[in-house]
Amino acid sequence: MKPQQLWVAFWTILYREVRRFTRIWAQTLLPPVITITLYYIIFGNLIGSRIGEMGGFGYMEYIVPGLIMMSVITNSYSNVVSSFYSSKFQHNVEELLVSPVPNWIILWGYVFGGVARGLIVGVMVTLLSLFFTDLQVHHLGITILVVILTAMLFALGGFLNAIFAQSFDDVSIVPTFVLTPLTYLGGVFYSINLLPEFWQNVSMLNPILYMVNTFRYGILGVSDINIGFALTAVVVFIALLTSWALHLLKTGKGLRS
Amino acid sequence: MTTALSIRDLRKVYDNGFEALKGVSFDVQPGDFMALLGPNGAGKSTTLGIVSSLVNKSSGTVNVFGHDLDSDPMKVKTCLGVVPQEFNFNMFEKVEHILITQAGYYGIGAKDARQRAEFYLRKLGLWEKRDVTARMLSGGMKRRLMIARALMHEPRLLILDEPTAGVDIELRRSMWAFLQELNDAGTTIILTTHYLEEAESLCRNIAIIDHGNIVHNTSTRELLAQLNTETFLLDIQPGLSQLPALSGYTVRLENEHLLEVEVEKGQGLNDLFAQLQQQQISVSSMRNKANRLEELFVSLVEKNLAEKESA
Repeated sequence: MKPQQLWVAFWTILYREVRRFTRIWAQTLLPPVITITLYYIIFGNLIGSRIGEMGGFGYMEYIVPGLIMMSVITNSYSNVVSSFYSSKFQHNVEELLVSPVPNWIILWGYVFGGVARGLIVGVMVTLLSLFFTDLQVHHLGITILVVILTAMLFALGGFLNAIFAQSFDDVSIVPTFVLTPLTYLGGVFYSINLLPEFWQNVSMLNPILYMVNTFRYGILGVSDINIGFALTAVVVFIALLTSWALHLLKTGKGLRS
Repeated sequence: MTTALSIRDLRKVYDNGFEALKGVSFDVQPGDFMALLGPNGAGKSTTLGIVSSLVNKSSGTVNVFGHDLDSDPMKVKTCLGVVPQEFNFNMFEKVEHILITQAGYYGIGAKDARQRAEFYLRKLGLWEKRDVTARMLSGGMKRRLMIARALMHEPRLLILDEPTAGVDIELRRSMWAFLQELNDAGTTIILTTHYLEEAESLCRNIAIIDHGNIVHNTSTRELLAQLNTETFLLDIQPGLSQLPALSGYTVRLENEHLLEVEVEKGQGLNDLFAQLQQQQISVSSMRNKANRLEELFVSLVEKNLAEKESA
């Protein structure tokens, strides 16, 4: 395919993905907005006022970056896993497999579909947060970079989950038993400096901690971890997951008999 | 001239150890209209699945219009249009979107895609349904939608896996006319079907696959010439209570007005009618008991089975 045709193919997949999640907005865009609003009200306003400061900021101010990042992670992941698995389940992934679209275009079409949903939800919950706190962006470049890279990484994770999934149960196992605990323990609601040294060290093994803290650094200018290391690690993991996904697409794992 | 499709020694062993293809080889010439026939589980869909890149082959080669599937899969895919057996579009998408999206996968821009979609939707009687979600279509409409989708990039080789399964007779015939028109315009077509009448009336060449092997591959005319016996049903007057004596023919009385007659190859029908006339039996209508190809197909498959068992 010529570059122009590759662009059309990529745009077709991305546009189809965006059309899908906007068509079913009540299932995809509305729930995270409601959930995060409840977090803002309960943890930020009601409980947060009794907690006092965290990391030198008011508790509400402190948890907003984490909650935004939690929405981005959950939505970019779940968009790709549910969309790609549904395509497998309904067999309409065969439309792509018989066509001359290269595997890397298929992968990035789905991944950017997930990124698009993650970012749209991220922007919505950011705007909502303005009703509860003043948001000052300390470093805009890092904020945008880390949110896009994180959305890419978890969209890739969703794609891999969908490749291996053989039932709808398999689609929900990772988000329920891996993603949610890691997110809650990834410094969304607290600074790891509050933890005993042993648990601080354990927390350092949680990849989500690095993304939440880098994003928090972009907005508030405070972080529990080294920003350069975190960004490098995310890029390395994106490269690794991309290579793995492309290998699986080439061999037809879960797609071709 | 480059063959439209050339398959050599194609083998497929599934993960569960089932050997679906045991060295299939055949060619399809450009402009041909070919049927791939075989009983359920014979290997038809596996063969077409491999050609369409939906099934991984174990060994062998597939070449489409000079492009090798292993070394140049993208060129192969560009040449192919695929209409699978099962509905495999997104049931929640609108009809027109399904076609425009498919065109996009081939790098066709939205403007061209919309024009092509309109052309094929009108051609296949689906234009009025363009804004309907696919799940709301009837079974016949879904079949036609899959054909329209496969044609969006104007493939040189169209593969149809049981395209008229579950479609009523009237619609089936209109689909035949459309496929014939496509073939006349130069598109090479391969189809699998269980309606042998479909293969007989549409296809110039027929390959029969059984237990993962091609057991016959020849022109429809030559294949039919191998038919040794044809069975006819005759509606007769007056009604008979016992079998008439028809010398040289095997006959059976289905009921008092319906006579079944087996006619050997080369025997002709004039003598049969002469004998009936002598006995003052008139024939008001006559038809084949089974489709001629069906009789031949059954005999070839049974013969193949018998050879296997004796071996």
